[in-house]
Amino acid sequence: MQSAHTSAFITFIAFVALTMLITYWASKRTSSAEDFYTAGRSIPGWQNGIAIAGDYMSAASFLGIAGLIALFGFDGFLYSVGWLVAYLLILLVVAEPLRNTGRYTLADMVAYRMRSRSIRSIAALNTLAIVTFYMIAQLVGAGLIINLLIGLEVEVAIIVVGILMIFYVVFGGMLATTWVQIIKAFLLMGGTVILTFLVLKEFNFSVIAMFDQVADEFGQSFHEPGLKYTSPLDNISLSVGLILGTAGLPHILVRFYTVPNAKEARKSVVWAMFIIGAFYVMTIFLGLGAATLVGHKAIKAADISGNMAAPLLAEVLGGELLLAFIAAVGFATILAVVAGLVISGAGAFAHDFYAYVIRNGNASEEEQINVARWASVGVGIVSIILALLAKEQNVAFLVSLAFAVAASANLPVILFSIFWRRFNTSGAVIGMLAGLISSLVLVVLSPNVMGEGSAIFPLQNPALVSVPIGFLGAIIGTFLTRDYIAEEKHTELSVRATTGIGAE
Amino acid sequence: MAPQQQRRKSTAPDWQAIASSEEFKKLMARKKRFLVIATIFFIVYYFSLPIAAGYFQDILNVKVMGSVNLAYLFALSQFFMAWILAIIYVRHANKTDQIIEEIKKKY
Repeated sequence: MQSAHTSAFITFIAFVALTMLITYWASKRTSSAEDFYTAGRSIPGWQNGIAIAGDYMSAASFLGIAGLIALFGFDGFLYSVGWLVAYLLILLVVAEPLRNTGRYTLADMVAYRMRSRSIRSIAALNTLAIVTFYMIAQLVGAGLIINLLIGLEVEVAIIVVGILMIFYVVFGGMLATTWVQIIKAFLLMGGTVILTFLVLKEFNFSVIAMFDQVADEFGQSFHEPGLKYTSPLDNISLSVGLILGTAGLPHILVRFYTVPNAKEARKSVVWAMFIIGAFYVMTIFLGLGAATLVGHKAIKAADISGNMAAPLLAEVLGGELLLAFIAAVGFATILAVVAGLVISGAGAFAHDFYAYVIRNGNASEEEQINVARWASVGVGIVSIILALLAKEQNVAFLVSLAFAVAASANLPVILFSIFWRRFNTSGAVIGMLAGLISSLVLVVLSPNVMGEGSAIFPLQNPALVSVPIGFLGAIIGTFLTRDYIAEEKHTELSVRATTGIGAE
Repeated sequence: MAPQQQRRKSTAPDWQAIASSEEFKKLMARKKRFLVIATIFFIVYYFSLPIAAGYFQDILNVKVMGSVNLAYLFALSQFFMAWILAIIYVRHANKTDQIIEEIKKKY
């Protein structure tokens, strides 16, 4: 492993050097707030699609799902399905109206026809909550994975990843972030295709032969549901969170502002869907390949939760060089996701909270971009500190918490602001708070925090309950007050969302 | 960019007129119908997977080719469902784009 660490390290340095060059190039093209947040709305749809895929497919997807399939068979694959299907909701309902009515953030669309300050404060709070939960999970995971892959200390790994992500965003803004994500998507897909090809070659390119061999070794039950998700309701709750939460993830939604218009936004979702889908289908080969070619014992010996299944498979199939390459892919994967999180968190703070709530829309261009840069540093440093504090904890549940907040607090108000004329400020405020608070409370009461047995709320994933609470809060809040201006402005929003007339 | 934006603001589109035009009503009706049908379809199709995995395992455990069972095939079909629905939507949207162009020309 030691010399593999060295070649992996060299591959990392090459990746970091390349992304530094890109950041330098991007920094020369980033002078306005629009450049910083949206790369000047100049990214073609297909490139944005690749970047969305790079923004979305985290280390948890690449290393985690391959590991889940390797250890739990079908249940691991079951988990991966929702990650793609969720994009249908984005494609059909969210991407185009968002692009047509907003400028930089998710709150732009919700605040369009309402009293903007209270909505923007709470929307910014939601975004920062989602970004922070997701980021802690990513950074802690990054520390552990990089430790396994190149032997850096966990703390050092977290700090290195943290500094790099801040560097990309502060100097290169959305343009650098986009290109880091595009390169990562190419590396990830390249690595996955190579591994899939090599696995299939072992079975003379017969998928059925691979399934049969796995069944011989681990029993047919390995191909059947029930090895990991023993509580059907919990699994359904997880699915609700995934399907509805993806359409409320701020770091994905801000990507739709980087394209010139709604048609390109639509195109980018379709590109992303083909890349993401192809990737998750290939995880079957990575997972089952690792199960039979590496073996459960070796996978668990390297990492008990299975994260090392794909890298170990690479070592078995392609030796040290392939292992080094896959390790570098894992590293690139983490960086692209956390950079996307930083820029969306910074946007929520600087654009929604600072520019609109504190400065009441009177901030100059220069002030806005300065605050956005400092906010990126702030979001980054806070995340690094929280990740260092949480590094001993099992933080995997924070990912499902992030999805639950996105599904319960963001999605109801996104849908209602587009489709419900009567919807108003009190509805949005109460809906967002109800979704956020119910997700948080239910997670605290769940087995994740209270432990199996003593938990008050039985499900690991709160979405099945917190999403209806979010919708209900938005409905009840709306009927508490009446806002005729907001209702009248729905005509404008609706025309603009559908046709793109007046879009920035 | 800036002068263009200013011009746009000084002559704000007549939202009410567009909203009550025949073209826009036609556009909204077509969009809504597609959206409702497509969304209900994919939600039902998708959630039948975790529901079957939890409560109807006997069906999913039926072997089809060698040890490849319905569970894998149904899960895999979700990917094709998503891709095909995405393509159908894009074709639909490209058609509604033409109505949007007409509206943009008129107003």
